[in-house]
Amino acid sequence: MVTTAGALTDGSLSSIKGFLKTLSPVDQVGADARAAMLATRSIKTASKKWAIDMAISMIDLTTLEGADTDGKVKAICNKAIRPDPTDPTVPHVGAICVYNDMVTVARKHLDESGGQDIPVAAVSTAFPSGRASLEVKERDTKDAIANGATEIDMVIDRGAFLSGDLEKVFSEIVYIKSLCADKAHLKVILETGELVTYDNVRKASFLAMAAGADFIKTSTGKVAPAATAPVVLVMLEAVRDFYQMTGVRIGVKPAGGIRTTKDAIKQLVLVKETAGDEWLNPGLFRIGASALLNDLLMQRQKLTSGHYGGANYVTLD
Amino acid sequence: MSNSKSRLDVKKTYKLFIAGAFPRSESGRTYEVKDSKGEFVANPSLASRKDLRDAVVAARSAHGGWAGATAFNRGQILYRIAEMMEGRSAQFIDEIVALEGLTPSAAKKQVEEAIDLWVWYSGWCDKIGSIYGSTNAVSGSFYNFTIPDSLGVVAVFAPAKPSLLGLVHSLAPVLAGGNTAIVIASEKYPLSAITLSEAIGTSDVPGGVVNILTGSAAELAPWAASHMDIDGIDATGLSAAQEKEVRIAGADNLKRISTFKDGASPQRVLAFMENKTVWHPIGV
Amino acid sequence: MTFEYSSAPESRAIVTIDPVYKLFIGGKFVAPKAGKTFTTINPATEEVLAKIAYAEKSDVDKAVKAAQEGLKVWSKMAPSERGKYLYRIARIMQERAREFAVLETMDNGKPIRETRDVDIPLAAAHFFYHAGWADKLEHAGVGNNPKPYGVVGQIIPWNFPLLMLAWKIAPALATGNTVVLKPAETTPLTALLFAQVCQQAELPAGVVNIVTGDGATGAAIVNHPGISKIAFTGSTDVGKLIARSVAGTGKGLTLELGGKGANIVFEDAPLDETVEGIINGIFFNQGHVCCAGSRLLIQENIQDELLEKLKSRMSQIRLGDPLDKNTDIGAINSREQLEKITELALSGDAEGAERFSAACTIPAKGFWYPPTFFTGVTQAHRIAREEIFGPVLSVISFRTPQEAIEKANNTPFGLSAGVWTDKGSRILWTAKHLRAGVIWANTFNKFDPASPFGGYKESGWGREGGRHGLAAYLKGAK
Repeated sequence: MVTTAGALTDGSLSSIKGFLKTLSPVDQVGADARAAMLATRSIKTASKKWAIDMAISMIDLTTLEGADTDGKVKAICNKAIRPDPTDPTVPHVGAICVYNDMVTVARKHLDESGGQDIPVAAVSTAFPSGRASLEVKERDTKDAIANGATEIDMVIDRGAFLSGDLEKVFSEIVYIKSLCADKAHLKVILETGELVTYDNVRKASFLAMAAGADFIKTSTGKVAPAATAPVVLVMLEAVRDFYQMTGVRIGVKPAGGIRTTKDAIKQLVLVKETAGDEWLNPGLFRIGASALLNDLLMQRQKLTSGHYGGANYVTLD
Repeated sequence: MSNSKSRLDVKKTYKLFIAGAFPRSESGRTYEVKDSKGEFVANPSLASRKDLRDAVVAARSAHGGWAGATAFNRGQILYRIAEMMEGRSAQFIDEIVALEGLTPSAAKKQVEEAIDLWVWYSGWCDKIGSIYGSTNAVSGSFYNFTIPDSLGVVAVFAPAKPSLLGLVHSLAPVLAGGNTAIVIASEKYPLSAITLSEAIGTSDVPGGVVNILTGSAAELAPWAASHMDIDGIDATGLSAAQEKEVRIAGADNLKRISTFKDGASPQRVLAFMENKTVWHPIGV
Repeated sequence: MTFEYSSAPESRAIVTIDPVYKLFIGGKFVAPKAGKTFTTINPATEEVLAKIAYAEKSDVDKAVKAAQEGLKVWSKMAPSERGKYLYRIARIMQERAREFAVLETMDNGKPIRETRDVDIPLAAAHFFYHAGWADKLEHAGVGNNPKPYGVVGQIIPWNFPLLMLAWKIAPALATGNTVVLKPAETTPLTALLFAQVCQQAELPAGVVNIVTGDGATGAAIVNHPGISKIAFTGSTDVGKLIARSVAGTGKGLTLELGGKGANIVFEDAPLDETVEGIINGIFFNQGHVCCAGSRLLIQENIQDELLEKLKSRMSQIRLGDPLDKNTDIGAINSREQLEKITELALSGDAEGAERFSAACTIPAKGFWYPPTFFTGVTQAHRIAREEIFGPVLSVISFRTPQEAIEKANNTPFGLSAGVWTDKGSRILWTAKHLRAGVIWANTFNKFDPASPFGGYKESGWGREGGRHGLAAYLKGAK
């Protein structure tokens, strides 16, 4: 069955509910077991090197702190361009992710330092809670885009989702997407830790995709649990199924809790064996992280040098 | 306790065991423990009501994880405690000889019985449901089953003697049933309890599952009895009068209170469990 | 460039395989009287692993005498002491787990991931669980004065060598019996390593005896007058043979035989997890599983969608070197078994069913069969009735729940079944009507020492595991 995304639902509550009812349920224990089995894959030598470099290129290097300053943002921009100053073969990261009032300094600094290829993503729509009026969310998004963000990471209204106001959730995504138009791609953060059940994750994924998401993203990183393996599995199954239905590939971004090379490689295995090799590139898979980058670099160093490294051999930022 | 002629031994400090750590009493109090000959042995902590309060907090927060672990996993952890107890046999024997005044061979017998009894209860964790749970033949197209479920946080007043064996009789079944425990050790013979806590502390037991306080049962019993976040009490180590007071105060939250004459039995596990019955239709 | 997994072999260095193995009788390794041996090979490479002692009737006799001597010591022991020996065995198996896993993979052909994550942990758990029963038998609901048989004879198959050994020896010892056990001809090595564990645990001599050999060795055990009870896991045909052999002897007998398990998928099943369950049900352990979900009963209105997902998922299955940590499907255990699978699958083609096989690179040496399913299968096809014992699934459709039950039950076997649906009441209704000893709902191939396992009808007699499994080794209990 191939149909266009727009034909899946007209956005009214009854239509959305009807569409979501057609989705097959998720058995939690079975999904956990599948994710656990895929976590036993042993990725060594050449495949490990490939995976490390791919993971680096997929990182949305993130700083989302109240204490962020121009200095902090410039530092991570430098890190994004040149993760390892001693090794020019290390790829640059996938993007920078900041609050919308840091977009200007990030974009300017990247452009002046050789990072023109690196997009700036801004979190938006009253991130992380999403608890604000539509006007505030609109302003948040417009500011980010005007400042140079070419990626918008919005949050869905979880309160509306959990209380059944699916029309509100849907229409907000449609509206923010319209603001992005051709200037930015839209990632929709589901905040899976608050949705709790895998059935909810599956339904929210489809709702977001039907409303126009370019990427579905697990979490804000401010709530635990964040990007657990079974949740990412369920979202990858959703984008795979959505592609079967519509011919359109939507991206997936896990964010939060992915700290080690092992974690990152497990994510890539999940992608390969669920959605498929076509998703294994930064255009369709990103990893929201900060500390992960240094662990990837240390593992990369070990592959070349043969011995274990230490924190002094990777830059702080 | 023993000392070679040329070397001074490093004596143990006997502290409380709460949330997997070994703090002193927040009150700073200790009391003297003497051996059966009246000689000084140690100054264990004299636990206060605030230590008890802290122990309850630890036991409550550990309960979800302990009860939620598989029964097999609990059995493995409890068996591991027995492995650690075996390794500390000499220490247990020394303490029993000193405090209870038993001969070394009688003390050894007590320690061996205590370890074997602990092993016995470890093996109950994943079997209690298959004997004392049931499917019930109700009228109508319903599947109906009953399973024993853990009670929650249980305070254990250990009997005075035998100091290690009596404690195991009370504590092991509480843990086997998926509960977390706060032990108030015998005031006169507290050392076995603390050495047991060291065995527990090295056995993969999550912090807070077992908490051990040394001190005065007379002082702590009323506080335990009235504490609204304690679900059950083993009052075996209390006097009849104390037990009556505990039952009166415990009625405020309908605590499950039991005393036991000795004897190992699965009934001691069930005494601190609840039966849950579930119905579900059978139909197409 | 795509993400290809580099080879990730588990090291063989942890295991020492002796060139020759003797019999384990009376606590020692002893040579067989006639000095005959046979070889065991690695079915993935066809390399010879070792020479194994061949036990003839006189050797079996020696083993039974040793078991009788062992019984004198074992029966006088306090039950809690017997339990402590079993705890020791469980702990040593846990300590040597990796060694057992590598050895099992080399001798059997199954992937290291399965031996490491399933076979060996379950085997150790089985000893741990039964250790706890040794001194609690009066509570187990098997009578108030349960008595062991004495010396029991146990014959186990090649599909889960160490796990089947655990399923047999643990309850037998926990209930106070001593044993003479014969591992399968193609997979003796982990049993012989287990004998070393018995020595490390200081198990009294004669309590466990391992005699290696073939069908004739098994017959010598079955017919030995000194053995009061036989426990057999293997094919239904041999099971019937044994039942006839012990008729009139008064020997106790439990059997765990073949199956043709129906895996029933209703329209509201959680699809992705169902696909995993189907894959697990028939391709786990190369389909060498008595309780395999070898018949897929699909509700007709979701058949196309489910089969598409199944095909797509099968393309992810990795077949190859069993010692590679990423291998999903290993080797078929023997040339003989491969021939049986091939013959039956060809009958599927001949009888008009439609074959689909996952595209796999088949290694040059060793015995291999790609994961396969047949559609258009009906009850009258051989592949719907006969146990293939390989990675071949027969797909049958149904329209209503009643029809699913009729088709599922329409077989002389009755070992296992699966039910996939989102509706609780339907799970319970289906379970109520299925004539099978083990029913998995929204899961498959789950085993636990606490969960009784065994079949209805020609899938056997008796249960193994759980409180119910103790009855097999106690006289007077049923």
